Amino acid sequence: MNGFFDIPSDLQHSYQGLIGLHLREALLPVLAGLLLALPLAQLCVRFRWLYPPVLGATTILYAVPSLAFFVVLIDYTGQTELTVMIPLAVYSLVVLVPAIVDGVRSVPQETLAAATAMGFGPVRRYLQVQLPIAVPAIIAGLRVATVSSISLVSVGTLIGNQGALGNLLADAQKYDRPELAVNSVITTAVLAILCDALLVLLRVVLTPWMPNGTRRRPKPSTRQKLPAPQDVTR
Amino acid sequence: MNVLNFVNAFFSDSAHWHGYDGIPQRLLEHIQYSVLALALAAAIGLPVGLLTGHTGRGGNALAFIATAARALPSFGLLVLIVIVMGFGLLPVMIPLVILAVPPILVTTYEAVRTVDPSPVDAARGMGMHESRILFQVELPVALPLILSGLRSAAIQIVSTATIAAYVSLGGLGRYIVDGLYQRNYEKVVGGATLVAVLALVTLALFWAVGRLAVSPGVRRR
Repeated sequence: MNGFFDIPSDLQHSYQGLIGLHLREALLPVLAGLLLALPLAQLCVRFRWLYPPVLGATTILYAVPSLAFFVVLIDYTGQTELTVMIPLAVYSLVVLVPAIVDGVRSVPQETLAAATAMGFGPVRRYLQVQLPIAVPAIIAGLRVATVSSISLVSVGTLIGNQGALGNLLADAQKYDRPELAVNSVITTAVLAILCDALLVLLRVVLTPWMPNGTRRRPKPSTRQKLPAPQDVTR
Repeated sequence: MNVLNFVNAFFSDSAHWHGYDGIPQRLLEHIQYSVLALALAAAIGLPVGLLTGHTGRGGNALAFIATAARALPSFGLLVLIVIVMGFGLLPVMIPLVILAVPPILVTTYEAVRTVDPSPVDAARGMGMHESRILFQVELPVALPLILSGLRSAAIQIVSTATIAAYVSLGGLGRYIVDGLYQRNYEKVVGGATLVAVLALVTLALFWAVGRLAVSPGVRRR
């Protein structure tokens, strides 16, 4: 274990500092992606013709390798954290839009009719009826987006040490200290698992009407996937 | 829109079209890595997913394994494995397979588990064996969803296989990694475009397989 937590000084961060930086670089984009995805998904639900082109565009963006995305952005935003965050926000958006659309679409017609009959306007109906019922699906999407975001931050190390914990990987090679790479991989994985667990907890808190640990009865039309496979195109 | 200029410059340069660093050669390498990784991941994910989905047991364990596997950072794992094992094809395959198994495993499990129980009960009532129920009743019905899991795994593999270049292998990632170090953005954008196109071709391929393999009675929408 000697040297395991000896962070080389060229990273200009302590171990805790790297963790904080990593979380900031990974979670802010997910938040941005969510804020963008909510209105976009609602538009896709309202105007059905919009959904296929949106899916197509996001699929293409999702297929762009993160490293290439980073490098292309260097021209515009330099070798900064922002350069790492923008692609991650895009990837989060791609995962979240289908998740939200599926979740909102799975609200039963009679529930919507009941809300309309009670005098709910479209905005209030969306916020108070459709979104809460879609929470499990949205959280499932958030789990995938968060975990992959935390994992992808590490690639930022290739564009000039912008990868937080990933920078340990470059140093592991530079200084021939494999334990730094072990540290990086384990810490990143633990962070991802912890964030995932927090999101599961959030779902349990937000959906008190659902029995814990179970999901909605799977109907053929609305299958809800457990830790939502990253099904970007459907 | 200088990105488009980069794309144009990259693809119109005839030097990029032949030789060991030519587009056909790199494309072929990339496809080889991707197909191998997907085949390995499917060989692990499909049987386990089908079996657990059929018995309906082990869902929580699967979810946990999938989460744990997804939490492992592909790039970090690659660097670590290369430091430990040295360069080669295997160090690249391990992270790619770990990346692709969770979506295949979880979707297959969910697909088989959420098959409408009535035909399954009917088959059992007719005295079908469990294996025949799985392969002749559940599998055809679950196929669209299973394919979607394979498809998302395939796209992730195609996109992530670029990291092979970082550990001195070939593939389309060569353009991206070399372009990064040579400060040649034309190359990077060209490589990224090729990867994205390959991913779209993969999508189209899965769509075609779905049209052929999924029985008309099951086809959704």
